[in-house]
Amino acid sequence: MSKVRGRGVAAVNYPTGMNLGGDPSQALVHATTTGNFVVSLSSTDLGQGLKTVMAQICAETLGVPVETIIIDTADTDTGPHCMGTFASRGTHRVGNAIIMAATEAKKALMDVAADELEVDADDLETDGKGNIQVKGAPTRSMPVFQAALAAHFKHGKTVSGRGIFLVQRSYPEPETGHMRPATCYAHACTVAEVEVDTETGEVAVLSLKSAYEVGRALNPKMVEQQIVGGAWMGMSHALYETTEPYYPARDHGPVDFNEYLMPGPGDIPEFQAAILERPSEDGPFGAKGVGEMTANSPIPAIANAIFDAVGVRVDSLPITPEKVLRGILEKGIASSEQRK
Amino acid sequence: MEHVKQFFASERPEGLKAVGVSEPRSDIHGHVSGQTRYYADRTFPGMLYLMMVRSPHHHARILSVDTSQAEKVPGVVRILTHKDVPKNVYTILCLIQVEPDDEPCLAADKVRYKGEQVVAVIADSVAAAREAVARVKVAYEELPAVFDVEEALKPGAPLVNEFHGQNWFVYEGHHCRRVRHGDIDKGFAEADFVIEERYQSSPIEHAPVETTGCIVVPEANGRYTCHSNTQALFFTLDNSALILNQPFQKLRLVGGTVGGGFGGKVDVIVEPIAFLAAMLTGRPVKYAFSREEEMQVSSPRAAERIYVKDGVMRNGRIVARQVRLYVDAGAYSRHSPYGTTKAAAHMPGPYTIPNVHVDCHCVYTNRTPSSAMRGFGVTIGDFALEVQMDKLARLVGIDPIEFRIRNAYRDGDMKAHGETTKGAALIETIQAASTLAGWPLSDEARRASSTAGVVR
Repeated sequence: MSKVRGRGVAAVNYPTGMNLGGDPSQALVHATTTGNFVVSLSSTDLGQGLKTVMAQICAETLGVPVETIIIDTADTDTGPHCMGTFASRGTHRVGNAIIMAATEAKKALMDVAADELEVDADDLETDGKGNIQVKGAPTRSMPVFQAALAAHFKHGKTVSGRGIFLVQRSYPEPETGHMRPATCYAHACTVAEVEVDTETGEVAVLSLKSAYEVGRALNPKMVEQQIVGGAWMGMSHALYETTEPYYPARDHGPVDFNEYLMPGPGDIPEFQAAILERPSEDGPFGAKGVGEMTANSPIPAIANAIFDAVGVRVDSLPITPEKVLRGILEKGIASSEQRK
Repeated sequence: MEHVKQFFASERPEGLKAVGVSEPRSDIHGHVSGQTRYYADRTFPGMLYLMMVRSPHHHARILSVDTSQAEKVPGVVRILTHKDVPKNVYTILCLIQVEPDDEPCLAADKVRYKGEQVVAVIADSVAAAREAVARVKVAYEELPAVFDVEEALKPGAPLVNEFHGQNWFVYEGHHCRRVRHGDIDKGFAEADFVIEERYQSSPIEHAPVETTGCIVVPEANGRYTCHSNTQALFFTLDNSALILNQPFQKLRLVGGTVGGGFGGKVDVIVEPIAFLAAMLTGRPVKYAFSREEEMQVSSPRAAERIYVKDGVMRNGRIVARQVRLYVDAGAYSRHSPYGTTKAAAHMPGPYTIPNVHVDCHCVYTNRTPSSAMRGFGVTIGDFALEVQMDKLARLVGIDPIEFRIRNAYRDGDMKAHGETTKGAALIETIQAASTLAGWPLSDEARRASSTAGVVR
């Protein structure tokens, strides 16, 4: 029995948003008389934190504290249309719609504040803490809340905005496949280190070290959470998961989590990640969609590391101990000692 | 996590206040303390439960359906067959003009995969519904089935889906989605080495903690509200209205909190039939997949078979790449025609290759329909491409990281699908990963840049 280590690499890119575009989303923003702003959407938060990042985008655009942003979603009676949360599109598409809506709302807010402070609206700015002030003279200021109240009760004006983002649909040219699949791409590169048991064919992933280019990390901690979860899924795809273990035969399909294999807590490798930012031209503050991509690079990196360790290519997923062991036996390698 | 600032610094505006900050997830306390309300946490007086009679066969003609014994089970309120569904045959992507409608909500004359929905039982308890499901008698005549994508494309293979008329999706007159760039034959003729390899994946389940489900409630104003864990509310609303032949404005979708999606909740399967059940009974109806249904009946990630043939020069430049990719769509289209086009658009990966030839086939077989999943159309392709890159690097004796940098796309390069590359950052991402992993790079690789053109 022996355990042999190997290292492999893989690099990928990933398109942001629905392939070929044509996937609009809208947002509506309005100031309430409580000091809060409501963002109306019909977008779904899958647990990845969409609501949080949308609040940050709105807060940044309005120049107000993030805790004053209420995200109201997802109800088709009250929220404007959203194509849905898939294709790494939420942050990019809905985020852009919110920027557009919040920009319009901010203009209305600043016009009211300009009347109240008796200055030109162009001379005003928000301080990010809930105040509107004269540029260069911060003592001449008023709370955002007071401006919102004045707009409603005194000026008879709404502080609201409408936003939409649509990437025009591209139609592939049937002969050549010329098309515009996406407007921007994120990037990833993973180096995997594995240890292969040459007696059982079992593969332990020792470490996954990855870099991700995400456009702009709007919430770095949540980017990291996406990265860690995605790497786990990639590792799980590489070594464990399938609903048809003997594909294309339909037999022996798992029906519960006892039979459907996934890595457990003891199988989690050492994990390190770095993020880079090359802002996209059309992303909200340069952000790209990275949710899906994070699962992709670990899979081939692990496959390549297995080859590096034992000289066996398993070109079918999942790379089960059975396949690895058959490969080792076919090569006549009983142990790493014999191999070396 | 390390935040690498050295690359592209001049392209990043500074002075942001609310973004770039690690705000805690706004709903996290509710999630971890059990206070978050998912759709299934809602209860309504008089709620009924819908359960499905499913096909035990991979491919069979339906000879007869007898619900008489099931109707006698105490607690059974209504039993639905295909005759009760106003527009029974649909396809989800009709909303973006994908044709033809190819999938029945409830099977009519044939079943095309094991687990297909045939008869819906609606009862006032799960136990009664389960008992009635067991008492529905469906007589079948088994038909030959096909499970392998290349077998399915051969002449004489069993026809899976009559709505298509052949076992593949037709892309504007072509039997596959094509990408053509340069001259593939010339590229192979010029290459120092040519290799062709075969890659295969098996179906993969999304495995959400929360299974797919919904509750439809008839409202006093004559409308119907569906509490759903769909990832796409309007996709579900629009498809449901079309299937029910109802005005769109009569339906309302409420959701927004999902216990794991990963693409598994963009199909529209449970909602239309639950809407119909609520309309016909006048009572709230819940239809939720069991864990077994989630794993074996709901759409998985497609199995793919991918042949990659490459021509490479001794200096490490890839000069030709031919990809034949087969997506196993299962019995119905769902999102697979879209995913197959996305797979074609992704080829030949983030590398600049002068001669590219891609055929991506969307193939019908007698298995559970596959559909969207995280990395749709790309994840398995990346597995094939990146293992292939490792083989090529070893073939020409170049370090695998150096080999990737040598072939990486750069700003201004022409892509196979006819667009000029902009915003490339593969090289810098590879450089950052090699630093993180302590993988040594040559000076040439260290100096390479996505923004500096290269003489190919």
